[in-house]
Amino acid sequence: MIVELGIIAAKALLVLFMVLNLAGVMGWVERKGSALIQDRIGANRASVLGFAGLGLVNTLIADPIKFLTKEDFIPPSGDRLLHTLAPCLALFPALVTFAVIPFGDVLVVGGREINLQVANINVGILYIFAMASLSVYGIVIGAWASNNKFSLLGGVRGAAQMISYEIAMGLSVMGILMVYGTLELQQIVRSQGQLLWGWLPAWGVFLQPVALLLFSAAAVAETKRIPFDLPEGESEIVAGFHTEYSGGKFLMFFTGEFAEMVTSAGLIATLYFGGWQVPYLLRDGFHFPWGGTWLLPQLAVVLLQVGAFTLKVVFFCWLFVLLRWTLPRFRYDQVMRLGWKMLLPLALLNVMVTGVVIVALQGGR
Amino acid sequence: MVPLDYYLFLSGVLFAIGVVGVVIRRNLIVILMSIELMLNAVNLTFIAFARSLGSMEGQVIVFFVMTVAAAEAVIGLAIIISIFRHRQTLDPQEMQLLRW
Amino acid sequence: MTAPVLLFFVLAALSVVFSLAVVFQRNPVHSAMALVVTLFLVAILFLTLDAPMVGILQILVYAGAIMVLFLFVIMLLNPEALERRRALWWGLGSIAGLLLVFEFADFLSDIPRQAAQGAAVGEGFGGPEQLAQSLFHDFVLPFEVASVLLLVAIVGAVVLAKREG
Repeated sequence: MIVELGIIAAKALLVLFMVLNLAGVMGWVERKGSALIQDRIGANRASVLGFAGLGLVNTLIADPIKFLTKEDFIPPSGDRLLHTLAPCLALFPALVTFAVIPFGDVLVVGGREINLQVANINVGILYIFAMASLSVYGIVIGAWASNNKFSLLGGVRGAAQMISYEIAMGLSVMGILMVYGTLELQQIVRSQGQLLWGWLPAWGVFLQPVALLLFSAAAVAETKRIPFDLPEGESEIVAGFHTEYSGGKFLMFFTGEFAEMVTSAGLIATLYFGGWQVPYLLRDGFHFPWGGTWLLPQLAVVLLQVGAFTLKVVFFCWLFVLLRWTLPRFRYDQVMRLGWKMLLPLALLNVMVTGVVIVALQGGR
Repeated sequence: MVPLDYYLFLSGVLFAIGVVGVVIRRNLIVILMSIELMLNAVNLTFIAFARSLGSMEGQVIVFFVMTVAAAEAVIGLAIIISIFRHRQTLDPQEMQLLRW
Repeated sequence: MTAPVLLFFVLAALSVVFSLAVVFQRNPVHSAMALVVTLFLVAILFLTLDAPMVGILQILVYAGAIMVLFLFVIMLLNPEALERRRALWWGLGSIAGLLLVFEFADFLSDIPRQAAQGAAVGEGFGGPEQLAQSLFHDFVLPFEVASVLLLVAIVGAVVLAKREG
């Protein structure tokens, strides 16, 4: 009993630690990435006792210190309670979503099987959407509690945008659910270990390429990053919903955005790129389609899987950064048109085509 | 284990609170929210009975109640918006054109 | 008192407190947030009754979509004036509510007591497969009618909320 609880707590802490740290590192990567793209050096001023060599570490420490020591401003005519609550509401869903994303297969230690996933619930994907739908509140409440016209505009934009893209996001995942026939993420990842025609891994990207594009677009919109950062829109409405936020509360919004980004990257990797699957790696080692086998100890296999998952997540995070510093911002009517008139019909079409193909392959039972 | 009537009583209390909200409030949006609260209380009853009888039908009914609640909220809010455009108020007592 | 009963009492007390806040907060945004918390707590109560699918749908549909719509409309209209508290009216309404609660209690005291988790249920009760089985086998027609209802609601909302001209 105690051991079981300890394992669960350890897994939960590990995942939380990884997400928060990755979110922190992304803050640095974002600056360095933007500097790289804009041909600058960037983010090189943080130094400890005149030593600026370790840019990453210095920035990671200097950033929170800067945020936490600034004045925590609450607008006098705003709503104190909700103004304080809003950043928590923004951060919370981003952190709990990762609980159902599996980061590895089963680890066997001393005859005890440990499922490398914090919570295995049979409605996994729906849990993710439920939590994602709650992340709207952080923006809306923060915007309203600031009692500022710019904030309110940002909040209204954010609410409309996130509700619109949730629908496209949910429908684009339907195809994956139909193909693998389950809502459990661990089952979905296991099914992606099968091989098509004996050599191609059955990853979501090969079975549902259209859904991948739709899902990625919707995921970027859900994280409110450029080209979908209308709720912030600093060239139009100052800073949108977080105009009146400073110090630690702003840091929470900021971390929430990066944590959402990490979670989205984890979801894309899990649903469409095989999660922790390494091609041809089974539980006892590599089994290549051309006949060779390379047996590995169990711990090495698990480490490879966790490493592969981390690598995929980091890659998609980097892609998000690249996307942000490459594309300009949409106009608001363009965002709405893209969501309702392009992504939504395409997602519906994808569901229909997937259904027809599945029925045809099953021989029209 | 938890007796069934605990759940039923809780559901009754939530329903009564919803009724009080509909009766005493003078803001159309809050009245609509109180109605949602009442629907939710009834959902709790359905789920409790579904578990107690070991039948899925109660849960399916809740699914339909949610659908109807969504439709009702959308239509209700649309009506509220169009009323607000005409009269600049959310107070149902102010809407008395047809009153004699 | 066993753990499930304790959990029930905590959830029940919290949901009553927050639903009272829905009704008695003068600020509509505070009311809406209290309702979100209430819906969340009721969803957890659903989980204790072996209804995981419906519980998650409750959060997804109610807390995640319908309530955002409410907040959206409150922010869009942004009515400046808070409504006045009319002591007599609010008192009478509360007394009527209390009478309703006593009525429920009286009614419940007549029926024989049984455990909520009484019936034996199989593995996967309340899960997606079972709900889908029920929905697409026994309730196909209502399901289709519900989809038509939603379509009608969408069209109606667009027509109602559209500006003339």
